[in-house]
Amino acid sequence: MQEELDKQHAVPMQKQDATTRTGNFNEVALGYTEEQALLEAQRCLSCQKPKCMGGCPVELQIPAFIRLIKEKRYDDAIKKIREKNSLPAVCGRVCPQEEQCQKFCVRGIKGEPVSIGRLERFVADLERQSGISVPTKHKPTGRKVAVIGAGPAGLTAAADLAKLGHQVTVFEALHVAGGVLVYGIPEFRLPKNIVQAEVEFIKKLGVEFYTDALIGRLFTIEELFEKGFDAIFIGSGAGLPTFLGIPGENLGGVYSANEFLIRINLMKSYQFPEFDTPISVGKSVAVIGGGNVAMDSARCALRLGAEHVCIVYRRSREELPAREEELLNAEEEGITCRFLAAPTRLIGDEQGRVKGVELVAMELGEPDESGRRRPFSVKGSETVMDADTVIVAIGRTPNPIIQSVTKGLRVTIRGTIIGDPETGKTSLEGVYTGGDIMTGEATVISAMGSGKRAANSIHQYLLNKRSELAKPCTFSSQVAEKKEVRMQ
Amino acid sequence: MEHKQYHLRQNENPTEYRILEKHSLNPQVKLIKVHAPDIAEKAKAGQFVILRVNDEGERIPLTLATWENSEGTITLVFQEVGVSTKKLGCLEVQDEIRNIAGPLGNPSDIRNYGLAAVVCGGVGTAAAYPIAKALREAGNKVITILGARTDSLLIMEEEMKRVSDELYLSTDDGSKGCRGFVSDVLKSLIAKNYQFDIVYAIGPPLMMRTTSEVTRPYGIKTIVSLNPIMVDGMGMCGACRVSVEGLTKFACIDGPEFDAHKTNFEELIKRLKTYPPEERLALDFHEKLPGGICSCRKN
Repeated sequence: MQEELDKQHAVPMQKQDATTRTGNFNEVALGYTEEQALLEAQRCLSCQKPKCMGGCPVELQIPAFIRLIKEKRYDDAIKKIREKNSLPAVCGRVCPQEEQCQKFCVRGIKGEPVSIGRLERFVADLERQSGISVPTKHKPTGRKVAVIGAGPAGLTAAADLAKLGHQVTVFEALHVAGGVLVYGIPEFRLPKNIVQAEVEFIKKLGVEFYTDALIGRLFTIEELFEKGFDAIFIGSGAGLPTFLGIPGENLGGVYSANEFLIRINLMKSYQFPEFDTPISVGKSVAVIGGGNVAMDSARCALRLGAEHVCIVYRRSREELPAREEELLNAEEEGITCRFLAAPTRLIGDEQGRVKGVELVAMELGEPDESGRRRPFSVKGSETVMDADTVIVAIGRTPNPIIQSVTKGLRVTIRGTIIGDPETGKTSLEGVYTGGDIMTGEATVISAMGSGKRAANSIHQYLLNKRSELAKPCTFSSQVAEKKEVRMQ
Repeated sequence: MEHKQYHLRQNENPTEYRILEKHSLNPQVKLIKVHAPDIAEKAKAGQFVILRVNDEGERIPLTLATWENSEGTITLVFQEVGVSTKKLGCLEVQDEIRNIAGPLGNPSDIRNYGLAAVVCGGVGTAAAYPIAKALREAGNKVITILGARTDSLLIMEEEMKRVSDELYLSTDDGSKGCRGFVSDVLKSLIAKNYQFDIVYAIGPPLMMRTTSEVTRPYGIKTIVSLNPIMVDGMGMCGACRVSVEGLTKFACIDGPEFDAHKTNFEELIKRLKTYPPEERLALDFHEKLPGGICSCRKN
């Protein structure tokens, strides 16, 4: 009886304590030990009709991999995961499991659901320590696919297509693969060596990477076809930050969350001056917005020496879009929240640097189209909050470059590329899309899901396409020449 | 410090961005010719690249000075001001630049306007050169006004002469050409009844603003190429935002060229001054390293 009662609760995962962790960028959540993982795995009821799987965008065989953990067959457990998910160490950390698999876990009816994410992380971390083995690949098909963007959608599509025997080249605009996993999510939530290891795994599948390649400028979609690619997947991701459109937004010390996080995560400015990219964080930081990006920005600011960090959100705690876990972590670290407040202008000093945020109080009215109660400002309620750094984290709009130079590629009014939700098929033959560039801003795992679906339909497309002689890809660059030699 | 395991040498671009030539144009300005065939094939006047010298490096935006598709090279001209550009200046022929992304930004809108003035100063001359060349090739009569603080800082005079119908020089101290600013020369040419159909002004923000004020009363279409702080340079971070006609624009996606008469230069100049304390700190730190700033070459 006691044992059954205990099984109502998940085995907790250790974290760095709040006072220590705000002084470093090391990972906060420390993962399960083998003992803890075995205990937690025992909680899985191995349901005949597992509801959890219905919540997973990449259709992970959840009870199956947990059963393998119970049997201490960790190698087989990770293999089972990798059949469907090419980024398990990432997903185990950053997926909102409480909204997906764990939401449907039968254990969750009377108690806490099984910690599927923590178990996934456990076997993925174990695998990385012992060395990742490469799965057997299908026979080469002789077909070539260009994947644009090395973020969650692109990496997933690339891995799946490579496993099916296609020759895949991933074009990444930045200097490193990973997309939002490297430029957006901070080291303390997702260590970059883990992303690197996942990318290495995908390379071992035979996927080639071409970084520094901004498609639309360096090569167009048309030119990629001319270079011999048979199909193209566009996963170019979320782009330009949205600003508030209020006075003072271009003052010094005002960052978009994108800029703030890119400087810190991608450019390692938290190691400035060893790394060259600077960042300037003052004493009082206001973060505008209530999503995970706002939480990440706030927690980074704290680690860079800010004394006060306040998250300003125009709705109430209930409507906050961030994961509850992230809000709790932030609050544990000493970050405060100001709910029902919205900025109306940013106030600058003589040097043109921000020194305060004027806030207006908000009230909630009827639910809007998003289902959340619509906030209204309360006239005459303006107050000024001191802030020498302001981070605007209210979302991003799709990167427009590819759409602007690709004739016939249909886009929505919002600028996202129109793709079939099931197949990712766009208005152009042989061109597929997925991730944020198709759906607008969403989660890592939903981007991976759409990458996976697009990979399947690209595979079907390539099988159906009348066979013609495979053309060699021709880049001017040196390795491309090597590649041609290799292919002979 | 931890986290140093982040070396991505193996996960990357196939191109070796090797430096093939290096020249000093003046004590602070250097020219390098780099192997970058894919970029050379696509580059157009007005576009730029973003490079990283090494794994610790910043992403530095630099306008393309020239490119040679047949030999697969691009040429960059830069002034050594902060740690990043000094590091770049340390690299020698046969050294490799870690990353170069490009071409970035919109190409210049080159047409046959008629009579075109290309007004440039300092290292901005390198950015103006391909535009002058393209304008000439498109049939414009090109009048170039090239300036610097003093004679020894003037760059690319010969190259500019070759692509211009007329070339005027100015120095602040009068050591060569007219004494004064490039904008003064432009003013005097307008007074002499040169009926310019378009003016390109590329150089320090103050110079662009002054030039813009010279042409404004005459309603001469004036284009400036802006150089705000950038990080990714491909439409992600928003650091390069500038106010144009009161609207926020991004230099990397909407620019780098904008209508001078609609550009808020005051804001641009203020935003360029975001990091002076950090810049000093970085210089100090690197100068004290064993081997100084050029120890970056060992990476």
